[in-house]
Amino acid sequence: MRNLYNQNLFAPGHTACTGCGEALGARLVLNAAGPKTIATCATGCLEVFSSRYPQSSWEIPWIHSLFENAAAVASGVAAALKAMGKEDINIIAQGGDGGTADIGLQALSGMLERGDNVLYICYDNEAYMNTGVQRSGLTPLDAHTTTSPAGKQSWGNRTNKKDMPAIAAAHHIPYVATASVGYPQDLQRKVKKALSIRGPKYIHLYVPCPLGWGSDPALTIKIAKLVVETGLFPLYEMENGKITNVKRLAKRKPVVEYLKLQKRFAHLFKSEEGKREIERIQALADELAERFGVDARKKAASPSS
Amino acid sequence: MELNVFAIPGTSRENKTGSWRVFWPKYLHDKCIGCNNCVIFCPEGCVSGSGKGKEATYQADPDYCKGCGICAEECPVNDIEMVREEV
Amino acid sequence: MLKAIEGSKAVAEVVKLCRPLVVAAYPITPQTHIVEALAKMVADGELKAEYVNVESEHSAASVVLGASATGARTYTATTSQGMLLMVEVLYNIAGLRLPVVLGGVNRAVSAPINIWNDYQDSMAARDTGWIQLYAEDNQEACDMHIQAYRIAEREDIMLPVMVCMDGFLITHSIEPVDIPSQEEVDRFLPPYKPQHYLTPENPLTFGYLMGPEGYMETRYQIQMAMERAKGVIEEVAEEFSSVFGRYSGGLIEPYRLDDADIAIVSMGTAVGVIKDTVDRLRKEGRKVGALKVRSYRPFPKEAVREALKGMEGVIVIEKDISLGSTGGLAADVKEALYGLEKAPKVKGFVAGLGGREVNEGTVRQALSLYEVDTMEPVFLDLKEEVEGRRYA
Repeated sequence: MRNLYNQNLFAPGHTACTGCGEALGARLVLNAAGPKTIATCATGCLEVFSSRYPQSSWEIPWIHSLFENAAAVASGVAAALKAMGKEDINIIAQGGDGGTADIGLQALSGMLERGDNVLYICYDNEAYMNTGVQRSGLTPLDAHTTTSPAGKQSWGNRTNKKDMPAIAAAHHIPYVATASVGYPQDLQRKVKKALSIRGPKYIHLYVPCPLGWGSDPALTIKIAKLVVETGLFPLYEMENGKITNVKRLAKRKPVVEYLKLQKRFAHLFKSEEGKREIERIQALADELAERFGVDARKKAASPSS
Repeated sequence: MELNVFAIPGTSRENKTGSWRVFWPKYLHDKCIGCNNCVIFCPEGCVSGSGKGKEATYQADPDYCKGCGICAEECPVNDIEMVREEV
Repeated sequence: MLKAIEGSKAVAEVVKLCRPLVVAAYPITPQTHIVEALAKMVADGELKAEYVNVESEHSAASVVLGASATGARTYTATTSQGMLLMVEVLYNIAGLRLPVVLGGVNRAVSAPINIWNDYQDSMAARDTGWIQLYAEDNQEACDMHIQAYRIAEREDIMLPVMVCMDGFLITHSIEPVDIPSQEEVDRFLPPYKPQHYLTPENPLTFGYLMGPEGYMETRYQIQMAMERAKGVIEEVAEEFSSVFGRYSGGLIEPYRLDDADIAIVSMGTAVGVIKDTVDRLRKEGRKVGALKVRSYRPFPKEAVREALKGMEGVIVIEKDISLGSTGGLAADVKEALYGLEKAPKVKGFVAGLGGREVNEGTVRQALSLYEVDTMEPVFLDLKEEVEGRRYA
């Protein structure tokens, strides 16, 4: 990892916000993938802050087309490379949470189902940040966004995150993993492993957004670790439908430690009723920890595939 | 005007985002253990260096560092200090 | 060699001869026979291509976009709702200057759902930056596909081409068609070798964000390429004629216009009906002629003006309407003639929507109504009793 600066495949000078988890994620993913990679990208923050003409932060061949078709464009790249006999090139499709789990879900499903040789990376910052922090299907319970605002009659977002890795896994693809920019070595190992496997792969990457979450930019990594340490975002790998690796924790931290660092959850800390909502979120973390066998002292329950 | 259907790789380097900065990470090069956290976690990818202790050479690139403070926060030995920049 | 064959199958045969490396498609009537035939050719090893079965037309267009950007010659086909779903991607393909060729089977759009022929679908894709060529018959649909790749892939054009052909009337009709040999097509159409494409050897960034400082220029460049395409379409048609021994292309085709007083302008299979009607009317002593518009985008306004100047009247019959205004072709023809000294009177007629037959009676009705002061456009063959559709 020494002196990566000059070998970075994602160049500085990009216009991501201060402390952006997605910019960090993109650099880690690209550096792990290496220069023999073609990447597609959905519309969103990542595309906007990296490709304003005439400048580009990308050091690999890269194409942005539309919001919902990063996976389908990558399928086209894969088909062309196959037809040309150039199958030794990595193909990565990238989208945000909205571009992956909402508007791009259909194209992603098609790509996964066809068995195309593409690694899809979902950069999940839990809302439509590029358009100004609107709620997506991956926004967590009770988070305040501009379209799920907290108010006298509302605790914010009313639903849990869509289980996107499970949706990907339901296509019976060879590799699904979750990762967080709080654990860069783990992320890069997973990217390399995914790229060593032929066929469709899916990595769900958690990337904090200081602007959208109302968090201190300096705490991006801390938050990206806390989400794992609380059990709210278990890190795991699933190979051929079976969970093969889970990051286990000696002692899970309470979700309050994670929530209190983000203004999007600040309304939960203002009343007794809010505390009950925090309890609901704690229960969710407990349930996820149980399902994936996160707690080291407990024997893992048989994880659902 | 010259206009292509493509942009040239890595040209965002022309955009000096260092001008956004309010706080600057001052690398003290005192207790540094050479863990590379500052290099790895920088969202700009603009920290480089090597070595340990007083021999450490880690620095953020003033051209690009936006002053987010992640390197200082993630330094396990508090060897990076965020200081308000002189204007 | 002439072969009696269904239009869709003939088009597929010809597409195969163009050697696309990637074909992506989604089924929709009446386009499906084309891509079914291509799938079978790939399955039988006759066509060395990757055939990608997608989950929607949006993805069909996105797959050929990605493949074309990687340097492959590509093909897809669609119609009606599928084309509407594709429109977002069609703009993107043109904006990225990718020479994709698309079989645009023409069908009405919903609601009410209707699978029969008209041009409302491709008219909705009119402003996407795609070259649009309209075929009069099966042979032309085939020949235009071969020419489409030559036009699209020219370095001074680099625009996608849509070969429009009437649903059922071309796709499902059996006509004798001359399918060229592989050698002839290879001689006419060299392999696609793009200057810039996605490759680690030269890692360029495609699909960038462009602000007010340059976006307009991207549109100006497409407009200029469209202008150049007017010359290139004619040039490629001449070359085609020298290799294949028949002229089957070009921007427009005048028919018995030299001494005509009235010209009937149209596109697609309706032109055939109009030509036959012109022949009959000529026998009756009427000085009428026809003008086929083959290239609708770019719209060859200079050629149309030249062909129509000196006419007393111009009748435009088309299977589309911009609801609340007029038919697209009529608007373009009027624009072409505007400012001409002694410009002919132009009247727009809408016919054949949702597959209603356009026949000799339709054409005669237009001729009888063109001098009558009526609201424009005039709907031909309209059943008066459905005018008062009830909503309550």
